[in-house]
Amino acid sequence: MDQYITTPLTTQKVEELRAGDYVYLSGIIYTARDAAHQRMYETMEEGGSIPIDLKNNIIYYLGPTPEKENQVIGSAGPTTSSRMDKYTPLLLDSGLKGMIGKGKRNQAVIDAMIKNKAVYFAAVGGAGALLSKRIKASKVIAYDDLGTEAIRELFVEDFPVIVVIDSEGNNLYEIVMQSS
Amino acid sequence: MRVIRTEEIIQQIKEMCIEANYQLASDVESRVRGAFLKETSVLGRQILGQLSENLDIASADFIPICQDTGMAIVFIKIGQNVHIEGLNLEEAINEGIRQGYEEGYLRKSVVKDPFIRINTKDNTPGIIHYDIVPGDQIEITVAPKGFGSENMSRVYMLKPSDGIEGVKQAVLETVKLAGPNACPPIVVGIGIGGSFEKCALLAKKALTRNMNQPSDQEHIRTLEEDLLFEINELGIGPGGLGGKTTALGVNIETYPTHIAGLPVAINICCHVNRHVTRVI
Ligand code: SF4
Repeated sequence: MDQYITTPLTTQKVEELRAGDYVYLSGIIYTARDAAHQRMYETMEEGGSIPIDLKNNIIYYLGPTPEKENQVIGSAGPTTSSRMDKYTPLLLDSGLKGMIGKGKRNQAVIDAMIKNKAVYFAAVGGAGALLSKRIKASKVIAYDDLGTEAIRELFVEDFPVIVVIDSEGNNLYEIVMQSS
Repeated sequence: MRVIRTEEIIQQIKEMCIEANYQLASDVESRVRGAFLKETSVLGRQILGQLSENLDIASADFIPICQDTGMAIVFIKIGQNVHIEGLNLEEAINEGIRQGYEEGYLRKSVVKDPFIRINTKDNTPGIIHYDIVPGDQIEITVAPKGFGSENMSRVYMLKPSDGIEGVKQAVLETVKLAGPNACPPIVVGIGIGGSFEKCALLAKKALTRNMNQPSDQEHIRTLEEDLLFEINELGIGPGGLGGKTTALGVNIETYPTHIAGLPVAINICCHVNRHVTRVI
């Protein structure tokens, strides 16, 4: 089913999404990948505060190419999510509601998603030029020193993603392999 | 003796880094576009359609095809009658990469140390493979490699008795484990024979070969065809979301090996299989 969703998410919005749904996201989302996750995780473990409010928000696993003068952002497709698995349950327990990436997640992430009613979306890997066109604004808001791995706030319009794991733990990657 | 100056090498490598990241080689591009026509899964077709559109946007609007513009892998074949003047060759190659990634607005994805992960900020060093060959030319291949797919690659040290069946099992297992992580549809480069490191290098080289030029050895050509068929039967599909198009091509390179061994390396590449070759 095609769905149009505006961020921030809510438990109700998330519960309506099912693995296999095609979703167009609009609104604010945040980027973070390996190094930003590690830093947020370590800060949280030490009891410090992190630069983004996770509650009901979405993190996009992205490290874009540099933008040119007339561009909002460079190429902007997803990176492999499993590298963030170690850090993700803590973020979900702290209010994170959605993630955009590509590829499999481990059981600890899926369990934390079910517990916290969160959703995992995939964007198409290797379509960074196309995806960049749906990003209408971008600014680095933290961890500037990490270069491409800095945390950005993005404003997206009809950003195309697919629900891979829903809040009940249904997993599209597994469903398609079982039916083939 | 022919003199080639390193300025020329720098210039060429710079241009090749940029070209590779904005425009796919024609065999790769035509297979990405062609897959759309053959795919039967609805979601699979939608994804392949996006990949075609992505290639259009990349070249029309000058945006890199993928944000992971890779680590620069450079194969350089130096004719033994060439005399190189100017900088040290390795410095020249890295200078070409540095300029290409800077001027081409490409992502800097290299860290200085595997544990102390500080970005080198210019995508150097590249990974350079030198060959000395007859002649008075230099042939350079630049193949920027993304790590979503690189991370899903494997080496197996099989036994001679495992034979072709053992190799097939190893390849299918690797592709299954890669699943959606390697951005399918993928290209599979396989190196068979040699030693532990040789088969890995062959697998990487196999990825740079035109997919429309199958192996010239009959039993290897058959293996390439069989594996492509069997991989596409797995059902992983575009984006790992189901369908017939799991791989666009399988290229195999072989080398003599030891009486006791059957090394196999499987280098997985995504559909953004980038490589540009030029001769100076
Ligand atoms: S695996 Fe390939 S297509 Fe996927 S993100 Fe990496 S470079 Fe891009």
